[in-house]
Amino acid sequence: MSRVSRRDFIKVTAAVGGGLLVTINLSACRDKGAPAGAGKPADPSVFVRIDPDNSIVVTIPKSEMGQGVRTSLAMLVAEELDADWSQMKAELATYDPKYGDMGTGGSSSVRQNWVPLRTAGATLRAMLVAAAAKEWGVDPAECTTDNSFVHHTKGDRKLHYGALAAKAAAQPIPAGVRLKPKAEWKLMGKDRVGIDVGPITHGTAQYGLDVKVPGMLYASIERTAVFGGTVKSFDKTAALAVPGVKDVVEIKGVGIGVNVHPGVAVVATNTWAAMKGRKALTIQWEPGPHAGESTEAYLATMRGAVEKKGAETVNTQGDPDGVLGKAGKVLSGVFETPFLSHATMEPMNCTASFTNGAIELWSPTQFPDMATAEVAKALGLKPDKVKVHTTLMGGGFGRRINPDFSVEAALVSKAIGQPVKVVWTREDDLRHDFYRPCSVHRIDASLGADGMPEAWRHRISTPSIDVSYQEKPPEGGWGPNEADGSGNMAYRIPNRSCEYTLLESGVPRGWWRAVSTTHGIFAVESMIDDLAAAAGKDPVEYRLALIDGVWWKQPPDFGEFPFRADRLKGVLQLAAEKAGWGKPLPKGHAMGVSCGYDHLSYAAEVFEVSVVNDRLRIHRVVCAADAGPVVNPNGARSQLEGGITMGLSAALKERITITGGGVAQRNFDSYSLLRINEAPVVIETYFVETDTAPTGFGEPAVPPVAAGLANAIFKATGKRLRTLPLDIKMA
Amino acid sequence: MQLLVNGTAHEIDAPADMPLLWALRDLVGLTGTKFGCGIAMCGACTVHLDGAPVRSCSVPVSVAAGKAITTIEGLARGGVDHAVQQAWQQLNVPQCGYCQAGQLMSAAALLAKHPHPTDADIDAAMAGNLCRCGTYVRIRQAVKLAADMVAGGAK
Repeated sequence: MSRVSRRDFIKVTAAVGGGLLVTINLSACRDKGAPAGAGKPADPSVFVRIDPDNSIVVTIPKSEMGQGVRTSLAMLVAEELDADWSQMKAELATYDPKYGDMGTGGSSSVRQNWVPLRTAGATLRAMLVAAAAKEWGVDPAECTTDNSFVHHTKGDRKLHYGALAAKAAAQPIPAGVRLKPKAEWKLMGKDRVGIDVGPITHGTAQYGLDVKVPGMLYASIERTAVFGGTVKSFDKTAALAVPGVKDVVEIKGVGIGVNVHPGVAVVATNTWAAMKGRKALTIQWEPGPHAGESTEAYLATMRGAVEKKGAETVNTQGDPDGVLGKAGKVLSGVFETPFLSHATMEPMNCTASFTNGAIELWSPTQFPDMATAEVAKALGLKPDKVKVHTTLMGGGFGRRINPDFSVEAALVSKAIGQPVKVVWTREDDLRHDFYRPCSVHRIDASLGADGMPEAWRHRISTPSIDVSYQEKPPEGGWGPNEADGSGNMAYRIPNRSCEYTLLESGVPRGWWRAVSTTHGIFAVESMIDDLAAAAGKDPVEYRLALIDGVWWKQPPDFGEFPFRADRLKGVLQLAAEKAGWGKPLPKGHAMGVSCGYDHLSYAAEVFEVSVVNDRLRIHRVVCAADAGPVVNPNGARSQLEGGITMGLSAALKERITITGGGVAQRNFDSYSLLRINEAPVVIETYFVETDTAPTGFGEPAVPPVAAGLANAIFKATGKRLRTLPLDIKMA
Repeated sequence: MQLLVNGTAHEIDAPADMPLLWALRDLVGLTGTKFGCGIAMCGACTVHLDGAPVRSCSVPVSVAAGKAITTIEGLARGGVDHAVQQAWQQLNVPQCGYCQAGQLMSAAALLAKHPHPTDADIDAAMAGNLCRCGTYVRIRQAVKLAADMVAGGAK
């Protein structure tokens, strides 16, 4: 869409203090592929303000968790406005239905705001031009704009936007505005440093944990270590005796969809006193129905499940069982992945202030809309009595979609009748996460005479994410969402099926950056590599020959972005070319490749490794990605580098295990993340900018990592590693 | 108890065992130093104590009293950013930014000791600082850039 002519949806008013405020109603431009859990507010709008001091302030309706959304969304406005980038500011929106879908996830922020924010900028620009033209008594067609100035081309006159703002507000709203084609971009497509980098490097950026409100106390909560456990009784005497401790209150659990764990909160005048008081608590727990669960038992069940026909048939094409039954040789692989924790560097926290039947929260949340709704429900308030201020967040990765930490803080504040900041320790954060599901995949395949796959049967067993949020399965069963990256892989195989068996588990599950593709693509891309090796073919050529359409449309809902084989092939070819695939390598070096699509974007990666004395060294990672036109190449590269590094951390280090129905790990001493000495020194990233509307870079670099690395290790050693984290030591 | 933070004396009322981290954040009111793990495994809380990098989550406030404490808020001197801050900005290192105060404090301490750090020096000095967003590639580049900036300025 290059023209928007919904004048009814644009409102311009004088802002408090003399500026110009443009409100764009988004219902005409709403994205169709909103992520799960997102509401559909009645009157979504965008706000852009020109202040008399010449700064241009965009109210950012999305949460910033390091993905650079405050920068890229401000760039959308600034480009069409022809604004001076140095005068652009970004404000985080306090939750209000008027902003529309504020849920931040699924690499969707740029995609959703592509048309609306540019339209807001272009509309404002047209009105500023009209105001200047009137001032000068000239035809607006004789005016141009640049760096926050309107120029008169037939003279040397110019006026700054700040000086025109009030007059522009009185101009008629243009009936339609033209959005710039890419060739006319001045700001977009060029590197920008993040809008928050200054405050971050000075220690002045305010995260959720840094919030301080008048009269605020601090709380630390002892939660049930066993999922599903409850508080039987507790003794608070010793806790209350700790200097600084003010109160001890029980927190009742909130069930499915929220997952506040039952526990006891210790409230004190500072964080340390709250933590010390908490250690002094004596609590008797009712262990509940999941106390006997363990990773060993889960694995045994899942391994058994993939040995037989799945409880759900996700999809079938041709007759894979028949072909496999008659095949001379069946190639099989069983792939296992563990539960993962998000482990955001900023532990969960939230500040809440309950007074006079209303509550205000300062929450590092990805979904302020969900937080508002669930806090209202838990406290028995109308949603308009709940005000959620989104703060900067120290990482999100899907963890902060969940409203649990917001609801919990609200419950504590209501119980004590005072403002309180609930601070999670690292142990709390690791042990009460919403984990990336563990999984067992089994793939059986056979090859035709030409070496290309003839049959492929993929069986998956996981504890589904959806079970943690809803009582009844989605249409199509629990399987489809868990089979993202598996059942919808793009390889053309005439006889193909995907089956799924749900694992019952009391462990809360959630969306971990890129979600199900993190294990699905690991299995698929490892297996395809095995098939190429069995066929004696080059892994890149083999993939290129097999990448085809995606005949199964659920998930994802491609919406306006139908799967395109040329885009997947394009990133694979570019990554291979840039990596020097097929060219001679230093002695002992080997390359592995992997590719996939995730959240409507495409990525391919090549890993160059060596394994000396059983020790792995990653020399170089080359990534090519296609999410359409790139708004901020610098930020996009950051996302790809970060996605690869997080993917490597999961591939090499991370594993949550369950014993006695709770998490065995405690802190970063037992849940290891990749460190700088283990990270690749070289990560090269390249873009294929397919001419379409943009999608997103936050997630697609993650899924190919584990398989790409395992494929490189296979090439280097001849050893196929099928379990994550990979059983190999770093040099 | 008195804490000398970034050249300013702060009178605080804290038990001797309170970690310096919480004294800085809750009592002094400087929140640039971050809480990440509480057991000196992530480095988010790194500050300088008499010039040496320490994990403030694991240093009792009583040990820090009487020593010169430098936090991220005091890394820039006289309105001029430290070379590591400039390099971090130039290379757009931070993503979420939460770990970066600790990264910057570790990097500044590294450069004070090794003006021309090798990759091995960087590994040794920075391996205690976790970054979940995965900015390690840029951190390494920025440490080298900062070293070059300092060397260039000294010429």
